[in-house]
Amino acid sequence: MSILLEAKGLSKNFGALRAVDGVSLSLGAGDTLGIIGPNGAGKSSLFNLIAGVMAADAGQVLWQGRDIINLSAAERCRAGVGRTYQIPKPFGGLTVYENLMVAAEFGGGGAADARALCRSILDQMELSHLANAPAGGLRLLERKRLEMARALATRPKVLLLDEIAGGLTDLECDSLIAAIRDIKAQGVAIIWIEHVVHALFAVVDRLAVINFGAKIAEGPPKATFDTPEVQSIYLGIEA
Amino acid sequence: MPVSNTDAARIGFFLAVLIGLATGPYWADRGTMRLLIEAFYFLALAQLWNLLAGYSGLISVGQQAFVGLGGYMLFTLTMFAGMPVVVALPLAGVLTGLLAWPTAMVAFRLSGPHFAIGTWVIAEVYRLSFAQISALGGGSGISLPTDIVRGMADGRAARESMTYWIALAIMLAVIFGIWVLMRSRVGLGLGAVRDNEEAATSVGVRTVRLKFGVFVGVAAMTGMIGALIFLQKLRITPEAAFSVNDWSVLVIFIVVIGGIGSLEGPILGCILFFVLREFLADLGSWYMVILGVISVGIMLLEPRGLWGMVNRKRRFTLFPITRQVDQNP
Repeated sequence: MSILLEAKGLSKNFGALRAVDGVSLSLGAGDTLGIIGPNGAGKSSLFNLIAGVMAADAGQVLWQGRDIINLSAAERCRAGVGRTYQIPKPFGGLTVYENLMVAAEFGGGGAADARALCRSILDQMELSHLANAPAGGLRLLERKRLEMARALATRPKVLLLDEIAGGLTDLECDSLIAAIRDIKAQGVAIIWIEHVVHALFAVVDRLAVINFGAKIAEGPPKATFDTPEVQSIYLGIEA
Repeated sequence: MPVSNTDAARIGFFLAVLIGLATGPYWADRGTMRLLIEAFYFLALAQLWNLLAGYSGLISVGQQAFVGLGGYMLFTLTMFAGMPVVVALPLAGVLTGLLAWPTAMVAFRLSGPHFAIGTWVIAEVYRLSFAQISALGGGSGISLPTDIVRGMADGRAARESMTYWIALAIMLAVIFGIWVLMRSRVGLGLGAVRDNEEAATSVGVRTVRLKFGVFVGVAAMTGMIGALIFLQKLRITPEAAFSVNDWSVLVIFIVVIGGIGSLEGPILGCILFFVLREFLADLGSWYMVILGVISVGIMLLEPRGLWGMVNRKRRFTLFPITRQVDQNP
């Protein structure tokens, strides 16, 4: 199996704080990887390094074997890295449909069928009835769906999901899981940071655990989660 | 594509306004024509500032830098390079755009309020620099030699008509140019940059390149308008050319009271501004106080300005920009 995305020894310091500490990951086409870790463990910072929003202090990001550490976030998106934000960042002055059109026109290569692509994603993410509504007025679930829809409109090969299930009711969470399974079924590789562990288990094939910026475990989801070390870090249960 | 009733009404309206304005020299007296020329260039400046601030999120209070540069370019090109006015006018815009390039390299190191103040400071630097150039009259300025003015057209009436049509053409080019731009892919990208720059980069928008392009393009057009302004005034001084009051404060007033982030807003704002000025100009400094009170009042009542008030439900637009999905296919 060919490796799509690989992070090697990624590190980032904020002053004296080492937010990300030598994290390595690799992801093949269609792989799904869940990432858990306590608040402040450096999960979102890791995403920012992979997506290119933040410059790494050390380490490499390889995309299909090529080092992309010097590429901007826009270039990495064009290459095939799509991402969502933990706190949704919609383009509030544009409509929902236009939010997707920006992504399709710029990140998705501006193909001739951009409009059709956006409409089908709106259908898939159950946002069609809001297509012409201003994105600034959406509710939380709709904003999270828009985050995903917009990332999908860039035609990603890898989708980075940052706590997309947080703050939702169980029912909303279930519908979101179904949507993410759809995306997985389309062959898009996914890295998903999440605190809602049962949502992760429903989708991902592998689980990585991050604590104090460093990766401390990786493997099959349930087995990895059940190790005493992870239980003590994540749930505060004495091993 | 079938032409709907609203499209037909819109085209009819545009044609009526166009014919009415284009025939100005045949029905308007000299004073009215002067006033209309001024209204045309203020509206063009307002639309350009709205493109920066309302559509792209670049709040500049230093656009007087480019008005002044354009004006001085026109004087330099006609007086020292011997160019005819019709060549010097667009060339002044191009040269201003070229100078906007290094200006943007400095200004874009700043963001938000720092960007706004930075652009103002840069404009002051230009003002002080031009006051040092003795060939252009230094601090006391210089008049356009009469033979250059005479070279434009035969007779005063023909000259004034020509200035009028140039001003009208520039204004229409600015309005329809921005309309086309905002309906294009670039317009989408600018909206995204304005609403959330980080998210824009994450969906593949090369934000710096886009903002740079808009800033330089707006500066070039602003420079051409500056050239026109001082062609009409026939005299240029650093104080008048780089006036923050005339070319930024009043322009921002027009956009804000009319409605920022729309093409219709600056048109309404411009009409209101000239009506107010006709009635209040004799009041001296109270005139500026009243303008200030009106703009604060409108901002408190409706942040989207007069256009937001008359069009609260967003049912009607003169210049449709939003991309719609047909809900009943």
